[in-house]
Amino acid sequence: MEERPFSDISYEQFLHEDKLMGSRCKKCQSLFVPPRPICINCHSSDMQWVEMGGKGKLSAFTCIAIGPSFMIAEGYNRKNPYCSGVVELEEGPRVDARIEGVDTNRPEEIKVGMPLKVKFLHRGEGDDLKTYLAFEPQ
Amino acid sequence: MKKRRKLGRGVAVVGAGMSKFGMFKDRDSKDLFAEAFNEMIASVDKGVDTGDIDALYLGNFSNDFFMHQSHWGPIISDLIGLTPKPATRTEGACASSAIAFREGIFAIASGFYDIVLVGGVEEMSKRTTEEVAEGLALATVPYEGKAGFTFPGVFGAIATAYFSKYGATREHLMNVTIKSHNNAPLNPKGQFKLSIRDLMNAKVESAKKKGKPVPEWEDEKAFLDDPAANPAVAWPMHLYDCCPISDGASCMLLVGEEIAKNFTDDPIYVVGMGQGSGRGLHACDDLTFFEATRYAAEEAYGMSGLKPEDIQFAEVHDCFSIAEILHMEDLGFFKPGEGYKAVEAGLTRLDGEKPINTSGGLKCKGHPVGATGISQLYEVYTQLRGKAGKRQIPIKDLRIGGAHNLGGTGGTCTFTILERR
Repeated sequence: MEERPFSDISYEQFLHEDKLMGSRCKKCQSLFVPPRPICINCHSSDMQWVEMGGKGKLSAFTCIAIGPSFMIAEGYNRKNPYCSGVVELEEGPRVDARIEGVDTNRPEEIKVGMPLKVKFLHRGEGDDLKTYLAFEPQ
Repeated sequence: MKKRRKLGRGVAVVGAGMSKFGMFKDRDSKDLFAEAFNEMIASVDKGVDTGDIDALYLGNFSNDFFMHQSHWGPIISDLIGLTPKPATRTEGACASSAIAFREGIFAIASGFYDIVLVGGVEEMSKRTTEEVAEGLALATVPYEGKAGFTFPGVFGAIATAYFSKYGATREHLMNVTIKSHNNAPLNPKGQFKLSIRDLMNAKVESAKKKGKPVPEWEDEKAFLDDPAANPAVAWPMHLYDCCPISDGASCMLLVGEEIAKNFTDDPIYVVGMGQGSGRGLHACDDLTFFEATRYAAEEAYGMSGLKPEDIQFAEVHDCFSIAEILHMEDLGFFKPGEGYKAVEAGLTRLDGEKPINTSGGLKCKGHPVGATGISQLYEVYTQLRGKAGKRQIPIKDLRIGGAHNLGGTGGTCTFTILERR
């Protein structure tokens, strides 16, 4: 796996394999998820892959009633909103992800700071197979 | 230590125009730009010959997607009889025309051109709401889209982070909406013309006429808290937290400072400008401010030698209610975490000490994305020249105003300061 480029495509491939991966700068140790090929801290391009433990906490969220077509296809709508959020990983970086296992009709009850664990959502088949990064309450 | 930037040559605005904003079935981008252009030409006190205009810079985000037509620079140049003079399109999502304005400034400041037309246009309403949402989502960061984020969703998430950090609530966002709608009836070019109170009365009257159950709301906040009247779009963003889908165009005439008096005895000078770029939500350590806005503000204040308290009024990019609060803080008008209190205290009303979005803002004036940046500058120009009619700011000696424009999820932000001398 160390051979893969530090790219969005590799990030997605790892998600298919149920792995949440980031890149660490070998020079200044800055950690990036999704991975970056160039360190935005020291501008080095000497990176290495690091797997995240999959635990974090909710930094921000929203319950979306009117979503894009791929979410509507999954059955989400005004009566059945879905939750998207920003999750701060235990290792530090933040990721955008879907948040499952929360009551989206009672958003007041969803709390910033709540502990979460990773979940990989596999959707579609064959060439259309997609994996979405998600988190759910610990 | 950041370099203090200066223009090689001063630049003044000597004319401005904007079309009505709204959803127009029978009018296209060319019709709308012609309306803005004709008003601009008529607004130049001592007149201007179109043939003397050296170049056009035109902001347009995505008529490619919305209208299946790209390459709008020469189309608009031809419309107004400017060909074969150069026409350049700029794209910075919802900040596309603020960038056209900057490019026009650079072209004059460099000494290459003397008279430049800058403008913006967008035609969105001929697509379905879902298609427009998909088109706008092209300006998010890829990871946001895959996580299901829509534009209202991104700003909804930002709102939860702000609520959590500072203790603000949905009720504080309602204050922004009510304030913007109070300015709406005063702007004849705006998309929405009713205050929230007028809207409530209209809904009651309509129910009575149709013999339907007559809704009752104690006050404006009760109306905004009623899910039947104000449904959630992306909690905590509700319908009345969001700007509408709009068509529209705007333009301004820029000239070298030393020739400005040939066009008008009352030119408005560009004294400060800044532009910043930002990362997506996930790459921000703190979601309660926009790094790109802070950078743009620092650059504009540095260039002008002015401080936030010197800016007497401003248009700020209120694509969503929470955005107005964050940007006022990022521009230094209020301390972080104090913006929502300032709105609650009435400081940002038309008759407040720091009027914000006297045009009604994107919320009520409308948001044809590529036209928005210059329409904000149009409002500042019009206020500074004392020509804003019923919405004229009641501050004596109005001299300095600002316009803040945001593109994407904070990817491109600009701040421009205009001065009347």
